[in-house]
Amino acid sequence: MANGSIAVPAEQKGKLVDFYKQESKHKGIWSWLLTVDHKRIGLMYLLVMIGFFLTAMTFGFLMRLEMLTPGQTIMKPQTYNTLFTLHGVIMVFLFIIPGVPAVFGNFIMPIQIGAKDVIFPRLNLLSWYLYIAGGAIAIFSLFTGTGAADTGWTFYVPYSLRTTTNVSLTVFAAFVLGFSSILTGLNFITTIHRMRAPGMTFFKMPLFCWGIYGTAWIQVLATPVIGITLVLVILERTIGIGVFDPALGGDPLLYQHLFWIYSHPAVYIMILPAMGVVSDIIATFSRKPIFGYTPIAMSTLAIALVGYLVWGHHMFSAGTSDTSNVIFSLLTFLVAIPTGVKVFNWVASLYRGSIEVTAPMLYALCFIFVFSIGGLTGLVLGTLNTDIHLTDTYFVVAHFHYVMFGGMGILFFASLHYWFPKMFGRMYNEKIAKVACIIFVIGFNCLYFPMFIAGYLGMPRRYYDYLPEFQIYHVISTVGSWIMISGILLMFANLLKGLRQGPIAPANPWDSTTLEWTVPSPPPMENFEEIPIVTRGPYDRDGLIESKVKHQLKH
Amino acid sequence: MSQDSEIAIHHQHEHEAHAHVGEHVHRDDMGSKMGMWLFLFTEVLLFGGMFILYAAYRFTYSDAYKVAAEHLDTYIGTINTIILLASSCAVVLGIVALQRKNKGLCLGFLWFTQLCGAAFMVNKYFEWTHKIELGIYPKGPALADMSEGEVVFFGLYYVMTGLHGLHIIVGMIFIGTVMVMIQKNKLTHDNYQKLENAGLYWHLVDIIWIFLFPLFYLIH
Repeated sequence: MANGSIAVPAEQKGKLVDFYKQESKHKGIWSWLLTVDHKRIGLMYLLVMIGFFLTAMTFGFLMRLEMLTPGQTIMKPQTYNTLFTLHGVIMVFLFIIPGVPAVFGNFIMPIQIGAKDVIFPRLNLLSWYLYIAGGAIAIFSLFTGTGAADTGWTFYVPYSLRTTTNVSLTVFAAFVLGFSSILTGLNFITTIHRMRAPGMTFFKMPLFCWGIYGTAWIQVLATPVIGITLVLVILERTIGIGVFDPALGGDPLLYQHLFWIYSHPAVYIMILPAMGVVSDIIATFSRKPIFGYTPIAMSTLAIALVGYLVWGHHMFSAGTSDTSNVIFSLLTFLVAIPTGVKVFNWVASLYRGSIEVTAPMLYALCFIFVFSIGGLTGLVLGTLNTDIHLTDTYFVVAHFHYVMFGGMGILFFASLHYWFPKMFGRMYNEKIAKVACIIFVIGFNCLYFPMFIAGYLGMPRRYYDYLPEFQIYHVISTVGSWIMISGILLMFANLLKGLRQGPIAPANPWDSTTLEWTVPSPPPMENFEEIPIVTRGPYDRDGLIESKVKHQLKH
Repeated sequence: MSQDSEIAIHHQHEHEAHAHVGEHVHRDDMGSKMGMWLFLFTEVLLFGGMFILYAAYRFTYSDAYKVAAEHLDTYIGTINTIILLASSCAVVLGIVALQRKNKGLCLGFLWFTQLCGAAFMVNKYFEWTHKIELGIYPKGPALADMSEGEVVFFGLYYVMTGLHGLHIIVGMIFIGTVMVMIQKNKLTHDNYQKLENAGLYWHLVDIIWIFLFPLFYLIH
């Protein structure tokens, strides 16, 4: 090992210092802001992201409060329009899309494949700065110009071209965030191809890495399309180029096509790494190898591929031709197949396992339940005739909150609980964590389930006002939001307490089998003292015990 | 499998030889090239979105497209195409020259590439200003009298050639940076991946033009 700028004290030789304490050439805050270490970058993402999440959650809370009664409750209609736009923009672009890859992909993936870092560490830092810049521009756009955007997170033309609010800047923020996402994806694909430890073949990678890999490809191949689309909206607003505006001969439907060519695959950017997390957690806490490793890995790629081709189902009622609707509807159904493969494999992994319901496992099990509701209602929306009835109603809102928040959101919390000991070197109070999870899931269903019914009965989405007959659903929903938020706050409080005073975590508190649990918690700067040579599968418990015995015999 | 691990082991040696504790920076030419190709994919898709728009509107406004294309100067377009093809050739020769340890010749070829890029932009400048003088620009007087299809055609023309021009400038900066590194002997005959990456980028910019040229200038 070459020695660079760091002198390791003599008594610590052979025992690596963890990455928090490791000195680098920059001091204090700069050792974070100028770091190229994947673990520190992952934690910086985590910190900022939780901030954005809590902000957008507050917006959602206020919207629900407004909907408690018909007519005006606490805010004006324009404020409401702005709030749901910001709630969507921040949640989608700043939390759900980058959430799992940027935080856990950065921190965990390189260790799982036995690497010391990602392949382009400086580019990784640049991605973080672009993310921060995008977030800053989005917030800046709230307080400058002619008022915050009120278009919804989809920025549909022609309204986004006509509204006098500060849409250009908000759109530009999304463009910058897209750049950050592309560079992260590019970095991860190359890392997985080039940095795997000796013996770590593709099919010996943990399924979380497969999730990250599939996602990274979508990030690289889909994001540029929305990049150019958003640039066109900005150009059309600023210098009046006629591309989408019907008054200038443009076709607004083409905007929707280009928008969803990215934004539908983006749904899978959100969910694929999260599904990888479930596989890891279920294998760990069932104490047996995951059932159907190869089908799960392949279904990841299948979802990424088919998910790229279903964007048209967002426009069933927008005036696309019947032929294209039928094809897109069929393709949409096809996505359910690889997704079903995953769900059945997880359930089969639980079968005859020695299940231990820890906090991360509880989150993962809740995910399977909640996500199944979200997935199956997705089929209702993918069917042409029912979709015409349900388009733009609360049914859609309920559906995508079930798959996104119930999918990626719950799994973000699951990952946080699963890798918390590894990331921070401490444990949290498990009992409280489980209570928080249960409160959260009860609140979640109470908040979103009534929306299915209200939507089915005809409550349109994004409306500020509603008929009195819908009030009962809105009241249940709003009460649900209070329960859910108390669960979330309890969860964060518990984690914070664990961070400060929790008992010190051992290297492998969960008795997991993947590589990140073979290094100390928190890991040393370069992760591994020497790069491991991988001889067993990711969930191979027998192999693990064997190598442990060998290790003990050697010493 | 065995080949796989061989690569990994080889890679690990490479890593250790170049690693600095806390820096994580190392050299992996194959990885660098792979990253560049992935980036080129994103560029293709960026322009892909625009080509889709071009195609969809060509279908809607096929007659107006023909009328509008008459306004473009095929001669300047052809000259620019030749310029870019020559520049791409020069980049390739530059890489070969560096591989054969001929630093001076390599820099000469790269200077020629820069010159071509500049010439392309000068032509583009005259082309655009001429149109703007005629009033053919977004919200311009001449464009206001044209049909919707022509407005869309020129909207796409300005955005696509403008974006392409921007890529030419980025490419020139990229090649310029690489030239400085070659000058300082940071890139040599056995360490030329950055030059190759710059070359790849330049070829991409070239290829996009190869599609833009017939679509806008030649199809009447």
